[in-house]
Amino acid sequence: MREEIIVSGRNNHLIDPHLEIWEWQIPMYLFLGGLAAGILFFAGLFYIRGKEKEYPTVVRMAPILVPPMLAMGLFFLFLDLKHKLYFWQLYTTIKLESPMSWGAWVLMGITPLSMMWAALHIKYLFPKWDWKFNWAIQAEAFLQKQKKWLAWAMVGLSVILGIYTGILLSAFNARPLWNTSILGPLFLTSGLSTGAAAIVLMSKNKAERHHFAKIDLGLIGVELFLIIHMFMGFRASTQVQIDAANLFLGGEFTAVFWVFVVGLGLIIPAILEIMEMRKIKVPYMVAPVLVLVGGLLFRFIMTHAGQVSRWLY
Amino acid sequence: MRYAMAIDTKKCVGCSDCVVACQTENDVPVGFCRDWVVEVVDGTYPQLELEHRSERCNHCENAPCVRCCPTGASYVDDGGIVQVKKNKCIGCGACVTSCPYDARFVHPKGYVDKCTFCHHRIQKGQQPACVSVCPTKCMYFGDLDDPRSEVSMILKKRKYKTLIPEAGTKPHLYFLI
Repeated sequence: MREEIIVSGRNNHLIDPHLEIWEWQIPMYLFLGGLAAGILFFAGLFYIRGKEKEYPTVVRMAPILVPPMLAMGLFFLFLDLKHKLYFWQLYTTIKLESPMSWGAWVLMGITPLSMMWAALHIKYLFPKWDWKFNWAIQAEAFLQKQKKWLAWAMVGLSVILGIYTGILLSAFNARPLWNTSILGPLFLTSGLSTGAAAIVLMSKNKAERHHFAKIDLGLIGVELFLIIHMFMGFRASTQVQIDAANLFLGGEFTAVFWVFVVGLGLIIPAILEIMEMRKIKVPYMVAPVLVLVGGLLFRFIMTHAGQVSRWLY
Repeated sequence: MRYAMAIDTKKCVGCSDCVVACQTENDVPVGFCRDWVVEVVDGTYPQLELEHRSERCNHCENAPCVRCCPTGASYVDDGGIVQVKKNKCIGCGACVTSCPYDARFVHPKGYVDKCTFCHHRIQKGQQPACVSVCPTKCMYFGDLDDPRSEVSMILKKRKYKTLIPEAGTKPHLYFLI
């Protein structure tokens, strides 16, 4: 038997007895970032495919919500900083090795992009919208001509943003639960899935809702596959990763993860979406709401559990 | 120049003098510490083995904290000492999270704080505070690149281990066993 204790009574705030440095702000940001990435990805993609008129919510309406979402996410990130007045130092350096630096710069690119896209479509939400100033009208006309480029940039940057929310965590080898390269694709898929769910929730067009419910179903399938894959990888890895997986396979996060994230957040909405496709009547709001809540909870649990998992020595 | 520390687990009695010396020397805020003592009991009674380790930042050669830092506040100073620039640190916690040794903490003023190997003392040719006060003289500090330094000599003579070398950090605290 081996027992290790810190006899000098180290009790550093936020570090002991286990790391708790990232509280609610980070998972909230990861959720909003993923959701925004999902919406922008579909908006850009469906515009490029020329489906603007067929699927108006995804191209025109949903992206209008993205700038406030990103602003809120950034605000949460700011709240998380412990040395707040120095936040601008993020934008004095580009550090290619640091995922957080990448994230800061991607957000710097995608936030104005999403604002431009929202500005181009604000008239669909507020038909009486008037730009008032001549320069604003000219700017809008200019952007209108570049819309295809904007769409391509949005698709590219949104994939980076979505995958980054996972890579941010997976880059930490000190936290075995996070230290898997599957986390990037998993968070991207989950972000896209929450984006599709948000579009289903907002759309008043039945064909569009069905289309996105189908996309969401596919994404849920991929997500389940990645989750199983992640745990298989952990179980076949080193002791620290076996211990990390055991937090979810009998440990303290078992019930909340499998019941709420996998059960209510993935499997039940998938069943509901299949039922809807088979023309069985179910209220269409239930599945997307479950997906969104599941996605949020997933990020809370991963952020928290990752800080519990650790190396032993 | 490559600073390193060797700690003799056979001589350390776990008195925590190193911890108090560090807190005093470096004005570490109350309730925090940059170094600490771990007591390990291994085996089943009556075959027990006891080990004391005075631990702190490992000043890793492949430091994940320096890699993860988004602003460059965490950097490698001369002699391989891992340091934090207070006025570049935004307190994001990336370095704290990236350290497998949990050697960093957030100072009440907001920036991240950690062991500096008493950089200000060694510049003057003195030993780090923890080393200088150790009543059993179980700590050795010096330049690994100098084969005649105390730390190089003791590492040549004695068996040693590092903590979690499998994390790939190439730590520079050596524990003599």
